[in-house]
Amino acid sequence: MVPATYYIALSVLLFVIGAIGFLIRRNLIVMFMSIELMLNAANLAFVAFARHQLSMDGQVIVFFVMTVAAAEVAVGLAILIALFRHRETLNADEVRMLRW
Amino acid sequence: MTLLTFLPLSALIVIFALGVILNRHPIRSALCLAVTLFLLAVMFVFLDAHLVAALQIIVYAGAILVLFLFVIMLLNLEADIPQRRRRNLTIAATAAGLVFAGVALRPFLGSDAGLPGVGMSGPVPDTFGTAAAIGQRLFTHFVLPFEVTSVLLLVAVLGAVVLAKKKIG
Amino acid sequence: MIDVSWTVLLPTLLATGTAFAVLLADLAITGPERDGLGWIGIVGLLATAVATANAWGTNATGFAGTVVLDDYAVYFGLLFCLATILTLLISIDYIGTISLKAGGEYYAITLFAAAGMFLMASSNDLIVFFLGLETMSIAAYVLAGIWRPDLRSSEAAMKYFLLGAFATGFLLFGIALLYGAFETTTLGDIAVGVGSSAGLQRTLALGGMALLLVGFGFKVAAVPFHAWAPDVYEGAPTAVTAFMAAGVKAAGFAVFVRIFMHTLAALSVDWSSVLAVLAVLTMTIGNLSALRQSNIKRMLAYSSVSHAGYLLVGMVAADAAGGAAVLYYLLAYVLMNTGAFAVVVAIGKRGEPNELLDDYDGVGLEHPALGLCMTVFMLSLAGIPAFAGFTGKFYLFSAAVQSGYAWLAVVGVLNSVVSMYYYGGVLMRMFMADPTKSVQGTAHRPYLTATLAVTAAGTVMLGILPSWAYELAADAFASLG
Repeated sequence: MVPATYYIALSVLLFVIGAIGFLIRRNLIVMFMSIELMLNAANLAFVAFARHQLSMDGQVIVFFVMTVAAAEVAVGLAILIALFRHRETLNADEVRMLRW
Repeated sequence: MTLLTFLPLSALIVIFALGVILNRHPIRSALCLAVTLFLLAVMFVFLDAHLVAALQIIVYAGAILVLFLFVIMLLNLEADIPQRRRRNLTIAATAAGLVFAGVALRPFLGSDAGLPGVGMSGPVPDTFGTAAAIGQRLFTHFVLPFEVTSVLLLVAVLGAVVLAKKKIG
Repeated sequence: MIDVSWTVLLPTLLATGTAFAVLLADLAITGPERDGLGWIGIVGLLATAVATANAWGTNATGFAGTVVLDDYAVYFGLLFCLATILTLLISIDYIGTISLKAGGEYYAITLFAAAGMFLMASSNDLIVFFLGLETMSIAAYVLAGIWRPDLRSSEAAMKYFLLGAFATGFLLFGIALLYGAFETTTLGDIAVGVGSSAGLQRTLALGGMALLLVGFGFKVAAVPFHAWAPDVYEGAPTAVTAFMAAGVKAAGFAVFVRIFMHTLAALSVDWSSVLAVLAVLTMTIGNLSALRQSNIKRMLAYSSVSHAGYLLVGMVAADAAGGAAVLYYLLAYVLMNTGAFAVVVAIGKRGEPNELLDDYDGVGLEHPALGLCMTVFMLSLAGIPAFAGFTGKFYLFSAAVQSGYAWLAVVGVLNSVVSMYYYGGVLMRMFMADPTKSVQGTAHRPYLTATLAVTAAGTVMLGILPSWAYELAADAFASLG
């Protein structure tokens, strides 16, 4: 059997890829997708821990994470559209205040 | 699940995750994200999380990702133009991330000794990961968070309408 | 078994109910006038405050131990009621000033955010906390962007959303690691497990703690996770900025303190030195950046960053005195900071936000009452004796000294001296410079007058008679056990 730690290692890797993507990309929608990668990394960790502990809690928590992700996507994309109506750009550098 | 299936599957997940952040065109990023989500669903099946795996495809790959694609199409996004002045930041962030990953991964590349739980090798009850088992836990111990999500979704709906509808009031 | 105990959830339920009432009333009102909705919100929150105060001393738990209504939750519940009522009072005036069309939604979403805060204060479980936080955060993202005709509002919402969601990722992964380490998400059970953890379990616990620290760092805008704050505070509608700087930040600290000073208290050796470094950076960079600002909202944003640093000093102390000082300072901070933003709203008028420091020239001479209020808030924020900010800093720094962090208290005092320069600069402009433009002030603006009266009176009162509030804070912190 593959030890649970291997799954955690994979989820850490996914999380780091997501975080790097958020930092290096300037396209708002790709930055947003990087955040989704981070959330999915957490989901993988929850499911792996749940299997290791043979407890359902981790899997139930994934439900909540999916709900939160859906809510965030709805609001995030609405903000994106509102911004696009003003600026016609999704490059973070062209949005004046989004430089950091 | 043996290492023989785990390693190729993880490699694919990492490759497509890298595809999400490295592709210059948002559409390609979104498609890579779709594959990553699908492969994670496969991983969930191997971890006996059957209902979660199904939901991962229906909700995540199905609903959330389609919304992403819809917005990309709606806004008619083009590929990013690479910018030279950002290259240093990119290199620095990547290097820092790799160092961090190296440090963070070290404790996990070993056995499960010391991790609380029954372990991965024991027998799994038939009900584990089924809709019934999840529902049982969801509507007893987690009943409050479940109710809170209804408020959360209402706020999201209200907010999305306020922010995105064409004319207000 | 399902353990349903509605009384424990009373503050959250009342706030949610008020939000629904506002939504329904919004449908019933046909004209453009929306002030009545603000009043529904204020009355609902007053009822919430009464119900919450009634629960003082009961220390009830419910829903299988995932929610508690201990004195700590009651204290923060009352604090959130205060912050939200003040925000609503400012908003009734501000919405008219900027002719915001989505007034009904604005009030409802503010109340939903308040409901999320109450849930955060009561949460005794990482998942309940996470959902409360998300309810509050998503509502706050929407509020930041609700003034659609203003480009800066949309930009602020975008930035707030992206950085907030990024922070959520860290918090969630931290929760995942803690769940893996202790097989539970209930704070009480984690607190029991942390003390005896070893090996891989301890690695997971420390990793989870570090990720939570990053997540909370973003949420309370501590350096180096503060980069979003000035832009978002500047771009968001001023009434919303007041809400974010007071209520949302206090809610972040409510859970930050509960998790770190109670649940993870056994790991305080590991986190207190990190927090000490963060506190120094946050205070210093916040204050030094505030010196260079020409926009009052940006200046107050950096000032709010530096105040997060002072609060971290109290957390570093990691004992009962430090915890009580943090709770007390949050009360003082909500009063004086909301008051300062109310002045910013009062100086703006329709079509003229007047957010530059240059616009403040001579305002104090033309509008003595407004100038007097601003004097109270600025002196209090700077930590001058006889005002709430001074007593708050006194408690914070003396807690640090008693815990052996005298150097940290010295850094804090030095920072307060630096901050006098820019807070004093505003007052110099208001009273010494020649007026360049006429502002409306508080004439014929009853809601702003009420807000200013309450916040200024509270700031002065806490400065002169601090002990009763400090004792409440000490009792509240002691109820964590």
